[in-house]
Amino acid sequence: MLSKVLQFLSSLRLTVVLLGLGVAVVFFGTLGQTSDGLYVAQERYFRSWFAYWTPHGSAFPVVPLPGGYLLGTLLVVNLIVAHFTRFQWTWAKSGIFLTHIGIILLLLGQLATDMLARESIMSFREGDTRNYSESSMDFELAVLRSAGSNDLDQVVAIPASRLAVGSEIRHELLPFAVRVKESYENARVRQRAPVMDSNRPPAAPNGIGARIVIDPLPPSRAMDSRNVPAAVVDLTGPANLGTWAISGELKPQTVTVEGQEWRLEYRPVREYKPFALTLLKTTHETYPGTDIPKNFQSRVRLRHPSTGEDREVDIYMNSPLRHGGYTFFQYQMGKEQLADGGRGTSALQVVRNPSWITPYVGCILVGVGLLVQFLIHLTKFIARRKPVGPLKPA
Amino acid sequence: MKQRLPLVITGIFALWILGALVRRPDRDDALGAFGRLPVVFNGRLQPIDSLARNSLTRIREKDTANLEPAKSWHERPRIITATEWLLTVMTRPEVADGWKVFRVDHPELKALLKLPEPNPPAGEDGKHYSWNQFGETGLKQIEDNARNIQENKKDSSQRNAFDNAILGLYEAMTLYLRLKNTVHPQDTVRFADEIAAYRKTIPAGVEAFRQRMSGAGAFDTNALTELFGPAERYFVTLRGEPPLLIPPAAGGDSFEWQRVPEALLDASFGAPLLKHLMRIPKAELPAEAVTEAIRAAGTRPLHPAVGHWAAMADAFRGEDTGGFNAAVAAYRGYLESLRLGDALAKAGREQRYNAFAPFSKAAALYLVAFLFGCGFWFNFAEWTRKTSLNLVRLAFVVHTLGLLVRMWLEGRPPVTNLYSSAIFIGWGAVGLGWILESFWKNAIGLAVATVIGFSTQIVAHNLALGGDTMVMLQAVLDTNFWLATHVVIVTLGYSATYVAGFLAILYVVLGLFTKVMTADMGRSLSRMVYGILCFATLFSFVGTVLGGIWADQSWGRFWGWDPKENGALIIVLWNALILHARWGGMVRERGIMNLAIFGNIVTSWSWFGTNLLGVGLHSYGFMSGAFTALMAFVASQCVLIALGLVPQAKWRSFARATSPAAPKASGAGAV
Repeated sequence: MLSKVLQFLSSLRLTVVLLGLGVAVVFFGTLGQTSDGLYVAQERYFRSWFAYWTPHGSAFPVVPLPGGYLLGTLLVVNLIVAHFTRFQWTWAKSGIFLTHIGIILLLLGQLATDMLARESIMSFREGDTRNYSESSMDFELAVLRSAGSNDLDQVVAIPASRLAVGSEIRHELLPFAVRVKESYENARVRQRAPVMDSNRPPAAPNGIGARIVIDPLPPSRAMDSRNVPAAVVDLTGPANLGTWAISGELKPQTVTVEGQEWRLEYRPVREYKPFALTLLKTTHETYPGTDIPKNFQSRVRLRHPSTGEDREVDIYMNSPLRHGGYTFFQYQMGKEQLADGGRGTSALQVVRNPSWITPYVGCILVGVGLLVQFLIHLTKFIARRKPVGPLKPA
Repeated sequence: MKQRLPLVITGIFALWILGALVRRPDRDDALGAFGRLPVVFNGRLQPIDSLARNSLTRIREKDTANLEPAKSWHERPRIITATEWLLTVMTRPEVADGWKVFRVDHPELKALLKLPEPNPPAGEDGKHYSWNQFGETGLKQIEDNARNIQENKKDSSQRNAFDNAILGLYEAMTLYLRLKNTVHPQDTVRFADEIAAYRKTIPAGVEAFRQRMSGAGAFDTNALTELFGPAERYFVTLRGEPPLLIPPAAGGDSFEWQRVPEALLDASFGAPLLKHLMRIPKAELPAEAVTEAIRAAGTRPLHPAVGHWAAMADAFRGEDTGGFNAAVAAYRGYLESLRLGDALAKAGREQRYNAFAPFSKAAALYLVAFLFGCGFWFNFAEWTRKTSLNLVRLAFVVHTLGLLVRMWLEGRPPVTNLYSSAIFIGWGAVGLGWILESFWKNAIGLAVATVIGFSTQIVAHNLALGGDTMVMLQAVLDTNFWLATHVVIVTLGYSATYVAGFLAILYVVLGLFTKVMTADMGRSLSRMVYGILCFATLFSFVGTVLGGIWADQSWGRFWGWDPKENGALIIVLWNALILHARWGGMVRERGIMNLAIFGNIVTSWSWFGTNLLGVGLHSYGFMSGAFTALMAFVASQCVLIALGLVPQAKWRSFARATSPAAPKASGAGAV
């Protein structure tokens, strides 16, 4: 029985079937991006065990598929079992061995990247200094108590995912509990128009909420737009502070409890770094007479107190800054309106991927393996080939 | 005699190529010299000749202008070069407006614009129309419709053929308008006089302007109006973004080219100040810059190149040939005095490259070589195969030469966009076909080389209809290292997969429909396919991985599931599948062939299909023409696979081998 299972798991037939399914998953996963957007399609087809493809407009899933995780696992199992049972090491097969080890490494590396890699954005204006980057997807409700001039602020950060309607969040450091009345994954906040919105009450009675309304939007899936959440919360407990509206689009609001000021801020999740970057200068060049971008470049000053580092770096396309396990890539660039100072703005993509080295090693192994194997084939072929004369009519 | 034939035939074609290579186009002709003048358009320095050809191709789908399209070729219609057409458009627009150069094919569009039906005696061919024939109302209708489509059907996949026809014509119209206003505004009569009159108004006009801006009481309204009239006219022309004709005054390496109206405005207010005053978005200036611009108004001299352009334009407009020649020569001399000799030389090179047209010449040679190669299978005369082989060698040399010159002109590796990828896929496939032929000598490699060589040129030709094929690269692609490694290797992977696929097609077509295929030939074909697939797997894999490394270096993300990345991955997976199926004995000769034909679909999807999805980093937007072509190609490959599935006993080549009842053929009837 076991030998049958092993035979199946090590068979070339299984390899071929898995490769075929791989082609199908990648193909449908690509098609899926047109309707689901890149992120959702990735989750659905590649970071999953089972997937199905639904044509545009159809109510029923039509093509069932194994997900990326399942296929990857089976391929790794297939390769490993085959090497322990079916394969016999010979020099003539050394290339195949290398190739297969490389492929296992690639698959595992991709899994590790999926698990460990973190991407965030650091955006600033010329002159600004940042020691944190922000998530491009996830928001948090930060409640801050400023602790005097030199000390760090005390922050309680509540992830947006916890802010479901009806839930109540308490924390020992907070003088109040947060009870969620309304919650929107994506919404736009706008000034309440007295006439047009006469039948809509303001979003909340306190703070800026009294002058705005919240328009819910369907969650966006496009690659270049992001969801900005909003919520309406009651601040209850011993200090009852009433109802407040919060949104990723609003500036911080201040509430006062027993003489102590607290700030409410619904903002992208922050990741603090042990060093800081200051944006010195942005350069945005286009080709003459066109809008085709020629160069985006940010000059930043890097200061790392614990190592004493203090230097200036240029970050531009294909030339990122690598520091402290993070890599900073030029991502977006813009300019504020003249009224706001006309300063250049820049957004850097910040990536932390501890397993970044695996694909490099894997690729070298596979590349060398394939080359060795095909050279062995080629030399054999040339040595063995009978000279073939031109064809002649019989 | 037959032994010499291959050399003789190839020699004739080689002479044709050499002739085209040696002949300098319009060497002594002032129009030729004018065509070699450098301009900046699409962000790159190019000769007038390229601007003219690319624009005309965009408008008319050909790079020459047939002024009498209703005449058939033996009636000798008047055909002029693109440069002459452009010069006329720029300096005598009222003449050019009457030329039927706008290609309109869509019947509903023709009906909408009330364009005449074909009627040769009246000079109507039913395909080409003049600017004047559209009329005011027609132009308005095109613009309104185009705006409407752009607003309401933002996603290009929602647009139908009619929408695309409207948008295409609208783009052609816009381009034509830009060209008409390149040297001077389209209603100028004598440019030199106009400039002189304008300059006369500058001192008093600027003085009045300063007084007005300082708010210090009265100013000369008349003087201000007299200057503002022409200045506003040039400003409007400038907003149309015509090509940049005026070289950097500093000369040498500076790349600060200007548009003519920009140079004219510099002599009075300066374009940045006018943009600020007219509140053009994103053109506001800080207060101190405004003060400085007002102070500097009227103090700058007029760029001398404007005078040269005026002299050329007025002479051509006045049909003064001698004057035009002298003006062109004087301008070239002026450019050299600015140390712009390099720009002149580069423009001259590109003009010769345009005139030589290496890729269409190579395509013609591939076609002839293909016919000789086919001939070989029917009479097995070695001279036909040798002729075909020699022609392929010659074509490959021309093809390579074209690629090298393109690389030299662009300063880039061979593949920079979809157009050059088509050229390069063809090149790689021909190279592989030639190698196969040198091993097997049975014209199979030649057939594959010529078919792919020729068809990729057709694809490239259609891609070139979009205009300039050497547009500048976006910042993220501006890296010769990755273009030279990742892009080149992945494209060679495409070439190899196509070669395997076309070998398989030959196997099916020759086996099923002819008696050419022998068991021996089948075996050699299958070994060729196997060898090429190994090569394809290696190149697709290494190329895909290098793409990942590039992405990791640029974005910190080795694999982002971008459609183009996925396409390349699918090719790797598919090739690996075929190889494993063969090693496992799951498929035999015919099975491998059918899988390899499917490889053509996989490769085309990766090469073209992924770009049409409209998502990801390699998106070029939806092109309905490309989509139709892709679908047709996929359908044809499916038919071939279906044919490949016909039981081999029914194949003409194998029928006699499997049915002993068939009479044994003897002699020349069978192979």
